[in-house]
Amino acid sequence: MKERIRSVLDTHGRLPVGAAALADDANLYAAGMTSHASVNVMLALEEEFDVEFPDEMLTRSAFESVDAIAGRLVALGVG
Amino acid sequence: MANVAAAPRRARAEFLADLISAGLLIPSGVDGAYGRGGTFEAVRAAVDAFVTRRSLNVRPERMAFPPVLPRRQLERIGYLSSFPHLAGTIFSFEGDEAEAAELERRVGAGEDWGGLQRQTDLVLVPAACYPVYPAVAARGPLPVGGLTVDLGGSYVFRNEPSCDPARWQMFHQREMIRLGAPDEVAGWRDAWAQRAVEIVGELGLEAAVDVATDPFFGRSGRLLARSQRSQSLKLELAVWISGDEPTAVASFNYHREHFSSVFDLREAGGEQAHTACVGFGLERVALALFSRHGLDPARWPADVTALLLP
Repeated sequence: MKERIRSVLDTHGRLPVGAAALADDANLYAAGMTSHASVNVMLALEEEFDVEFPDEMLTRSAFESVDAIAGRLVALGVG
Repeated sequence: MANVAAAPRRARAEFLADLISAGLLIPSGVDGAYGRGGTFEAVRAAVDAFVTRRSLNVRPERMAFPPVLPRRQLERIGYLSSFPHLAGTIFSFEGDEAEAAELERRVGAGEDWGGLQRQTDLVLVPAACYPVYPAVAARGPLPVGGLTVDLGGSYVFRNEPSCDPARWQMFHQREMIRLGAPDEVAGWRDAWAQRAVEIVGELGLEAAVDVATDPFFGRSGRLLARSQRSQSLKLELAVWISGDEPTAVASFNYHREHFSSVFDLREAGGEQAHTACVGFGLERVALALFSRHGLDPARWPADVTALLLP
């Protein structure tokens, strides 16, 4: 799952470094992801994993690291 | 300041009716689009000049832009992703005589004639600062120490018809923009928020600054708004005008790298610049004054008129 998350981040996160270089708990905003890029990441994750993030998950912290994203996806039943 | 009893609190519809009957506002027939009488305009211009006199002691560069923006700039800024519901775009007729006759027929019959118009290269400016970023970026890197731009009062448009007398579809933003190093730009924004409380306080208005969000559209917008709030990127100065809630009369916006990533704004040393803007809604400040001190400026507290109309 984390490889697919990294692939989404590489395509939509507009990060100055490849997501492979970031630890699972590295803060993506500190790495250069903007708020507007996080929206594109959110939408792309929904498409990639065929889920819809509920309203309470639409927060800045939900998309702040690979671990944070994976945790939300697991909560939504992605195995 | 202004130790005179405030005018009684009024409902929004009642305040709007009073403004119209006093000749301060001239209704157009469309909610949120008002003409202004001479007294209102004199107060609006006086507020504009007062904010200028009370501006932070910097020497801004003056620029002025028309209330239209190249459509391509609105697209690049991402406005149509964040605020598709607020954008006002300009369409016009480019057809031949047969199409002109059809247009005339549809207008006469009261039918929809929008399909006979084509989108032009212009949109209405939704935020007064938007034309500044590409204009400054085209010059190359910022000067050492960054740049402050004063736009004065500029017309802006948002598609949000409302019966609230303080929510207009076209109004004047009195904007200043700061471009430079991140810490310095953030500090300028914060200093302005405190300064603005003092400025309106001098005019007898009780105001408070609070963290706010822009009205971003849809689910993506909820994420953007929460992200904006968690970083305190938008502050608003709220004053009571009418109704049950205070109304924002100014906002203080730290954009971080949003505009510099679109338009490649760089500091003198080559680092990516940050930007912030401060905007006073001039009509809203004027409305707050009419609400607080009454509809006839000749009867306002002498210390307020002495400051506004020296």
